[in-house]
Amino acid sequence: MRGHLPVLPLLLTLTGALLVPIVAVISRRAAWPLALAASGAAALAALGGVVEVLAHGTRRYPVGGWAPPWGIEVVLDPLSAFTAVVVAGVGTLSLITSGPGAASAYRRGTPGFYALALIALTGFLGMIASGDLFNVFVFLEIAAISSYALVGSGGGPALAAAFRYVVLGTVGASFYLLGVGFLYTLTGTLNMADLAQRLPAHAGSPLFVGGALFITVGLALKMGLFPLHGWLPDAYTYAPAPVAALLPAVATKAAAYALARTLLYVLRPTELPVTAMLAWAGGAAIIVGAVLALRQDDARRLLAYSSVSQMGYIALGLGLANPTALAGAYLHILNHAMMKAALFIGVGALVLRGRGPGLAALGLGREMPVTGTCMVVAALSMVGVPPVGGFFSKWYLLQGALEARQPVLVIAILVGSLLALVYMYRLTEAVWFGESPPGAARAEAPWAVLIGLVALAVAIIAAGLGNSAIVARLLVPAAAGAL
Amino acid sequence: MDVPSILPGLAPLPAGVAVGLIALSRRRPAIREMWSLLAALSQTVLVLAMVPSALGGATLVWQPFSLAPDVPLVLRADPFGVFFATVSSSLWVLTTIYSIGYVRALAERAQTRYFASFALSLFATVGLALAGNLLTFFCFFELLTVAAYPLVIHKGTDEAARAGRVYLAYTMTGGAALLGAVVWTHALAGRLDFQPGGILGASGASAGTLWALFALFVLGCGVKASIMPLHTWLPVAMIAPTPVSALLHAVAVVKAGVFGLVRVVGFVFGPEVLGDLGAGAALAWLAMATILLGSLAALAQDNLKRLLAFSTVSQLSYVVLGATLGAPDAFAGGVLHIASHAVLKITLFFCAGAISVVTHLEQVSELGGIGRRMPLTMTAFAAAALMLAGLPPGAAFVSKWRLLVGAAESAAWLAMTTLLLSTILNIAYFVPIIVRAFTGPAPAAIEEAPPAVLVPLLVTACAGLLLGLFPDAAGHLLSLAQTTATSVLSAP
Repeated sequence: MRGHLPVLPLLLTLTGALLVPIVAVISRRAAWPLALAASGAAALAALGGVVEVLAHGTRRYPVGGWAPPWGIEVVLDPLSAFTAVVVAGVGTLSLITSGPGAASAYRRGTPGFYALALIALTGFLGMIASGDLFNVFVFLEIAAISSYALVGSGGGPALAAAFRYVVLGTVGASFYLLGVGFLYTLTGTLNMADLAQRLPAHAGSPLFVGGALFITVGLALKMGLFPLHGWLPDAYTYAPAPVAALLPAVATKAAAYALARTLLYVLRPTELPVTAMLAWAGGAAIIVGAVLALRQDDARRLLAYSSVSQMGYIALGLGLANPTALAGAYLHILNHAMMKAALFIGVGALVLRGRGPGLAALGLGREMPVTGTCMVVAALSMVGVPPVGGFFSKWYLLQGALEARQPVLVIAILVGSLLALVYMYRLTEAVWFGESPPGAARAEAPWAVLIGLVALAVAIIAAGLGNSAIVARLLVPAAAGAL
Repeated sequence: MDVPSILPGLAPLPAGVAVGLIALSRRRPAIREMWSLLAALSQTVLVLAMVPSALGGATLVWQPFSLAPDVPLVLRADPFGVFFATVSSSLWVLTTIYSIGYVRALAERAQTRYFASFALSLFATVGLALAGNLLTFFCFFELLTVAAYPLVIHKGTDEAARAGRVYLAYTMTGGAALLGAVVWTHALAGRLDFQPGGILGASGASAGTLWALFALFVLGCGVKASIMPLHTWLPVAMIAPTPVSALLHAVAVVKAGVFGLVRVVGFVFGPEVLGDLGAGAALAWLAMATILLGSLAALAQDNLKRLLAFSTVSQLSYVVLGATLGAPDAFAGGVLHIASHAVLKITLFFCAGAISVVTHLEQVSELGGIGRRMPLTMTAFAAAALMLAGLPPGAAFVSKWRLLVGAAESAAWLAMTTLLLSTILNIAYFVPIIVRAFTGPAPAAIEEAPPAVLVPLLVTACAGLLLGLFPDAAGHLLSLAQTTATSVLSAP
């Protein structure tokens, strides 16, 4: 079993995805436990992957025993092991919250949701594990198509949002594929390790420049990076609650990982200003996303624009590309996944009890103190109050920006935190001090939601206090191979 | 010499544990308040237990884990840290007793949240007092900002919510500036530990860089220290219940800012670097302006708590001024003023609270003759006010005297003039209140506040006097202040 650890997480979610519809024919109630078991096992396997990497270093796994560059290669290294834990772990916690009680609000039949969610997770985990550019595309599309369906399953305005998501997502994927095609034409290989060796010889070639640009733009669009974030706000605002608990947390992170992997470890465009562009787009995203989030009265849209801002932090770190900034960006992948999941789950739970997603209708903190408290923890992390997780990603990003002598980006990070304070304050104030809407049910969130939420809140605090170990043992080694 | 010990780690623990216990016993007020009192007492004992080693030169250090790969979490019981921790925790004991009487007499809402936030604030205060490096300090500093927020908005009115927003906007902006300063220091010096005499001397950074860094630090700590023009949040925050204004807005929160500034001046930059830059003098100017303008603003107030708040704004800058003059006597006097102002201002707030418990009055102009009905309270008020102005033999006389001596030593005539002028202004805004309270027609049907409210304020008033007569008796505060000053100013 240990030998198969690199592919195990995605095999587990894929198997789950295939089993859920079959089992659901016999018992619809079995869908949730089964989906949970599949993604939980995937999360454990991903954790096992981290243990494996810490003990034995990077593992390369030729799928089916076919050696690369002919066969497909799966790579388990510090970065992919870390990101797989983030996606599978946070994915599992958000699937927990779609259990009994919460799922009843989900009108399109739950087994379909669980199957699609597991397929999406398979796609994300595949993007992370894959050792060649083409399979990244394959898994990207697997994840994307299931995501379109998940968002669209909300019906009504979600359908329009999903259509927009389809169009823009396809543009992003096509850009990426086009770029990969350029590189293949140039080098005749798709294997990442192979490409990394061959590309330096072609550094000035127009095909290389075009490939790098297409890939960067395509993946930046997928990760919702300003100004390519157009699909994101609507998709995450109108997605049904269980989908909103899952996709905003992990989908953009998988794309950010793919961008980091291809740009920093394969293309390494030292001659091109691509990384600088990324850093500045990140800085702009931090501010613009936060300013847009300030103006929202719909809690879900507020959180969606906050994602635009927070993805800016990750892009900024990737663009600066020095080891400290990269550690910060990778750590923010973890922190943002957890806090955004917690906040969307919290808002979903409040909406379930209250009268809609408007800030004015969320004043249920006193009736739902556990939900409200967990949201405060996530909000503190978003603002970056120590010692909660989000503070430390900003700590490393700030250090990295100073190392790179970019005072403007330092200021962008700090101002972004203050703007986050304002928009998170609006949400928190609405929850705790708003008037509870008349006729709203006065009861805590369903137990399944509470388990997931409390686990996320605890994990957010633990990730802050324990960040030093994560950074020193996983993220610094992960950053070492970049550029 | 550093000695590994778990004691600095244990010191904030009672308050931290108490937060949970208080939340759990929300249905049993008596037990809930017992937890608060127990935590305050045990915290005080633990902090006092560290005084001998701090004075003896063996600094206890607890370093459990890393906050970041190259920055550990350090709690370090050096003289200055122990000094501030002693002041805040011993006053927390009295404030807890006072709080119990106060919230019950006024039947305040959300008492569990109140006591829990209080305990969390004191956890953060002792943590930042003992913090051994800037990142540890920053963590507790920000925690204190958040922990004190529910106390500002405690009343739950729109006005309180507005005050809370102002409070957060100011303190979090300061926090962001401080974070920038901390990261920058890390980049320049490659280390973040507090070292008497500073860590930036060997960084080789240009004067412009150091100026900008110092300005960021002053902005970062200056909000909590309410240096003008960053003070606006403090009078607004007076909407909080009086015990909160007493302990947090006269001792813990604002002094955390002042404490941070002294740390920055003495332990991050060091007097030498600041002297070469001329930045110390600039901060001294700011402090002197704040001392005078704060007192002048206090003259114009009718609301008693706002008056006390502006008086706090003014008094806090004494500490800053002392740290920037570069004379050991002034430095020690400034540090000691943290304690003397704390004891006396808390007395004044306790009196204001006692008055509002009994009469629900808050305006100075409505307090005519109140001294005839509440003689003990108003005598304590008068004594504390006069002692705060600097009349001997009060606590503030000792600290101000040292400040004056230090200013004279360093030939800072302007600082001396400011200190003397401010004393006159103090008398000018306190004496009318006292005169009115004892001369006007006595209001009907008023008596002294309940014992839980009355006793603490009498105790702090006596403590203010005793601290003036025997400044080295309670916890060796004077020695701690002097050791701090010597370590900073005679550092190699």
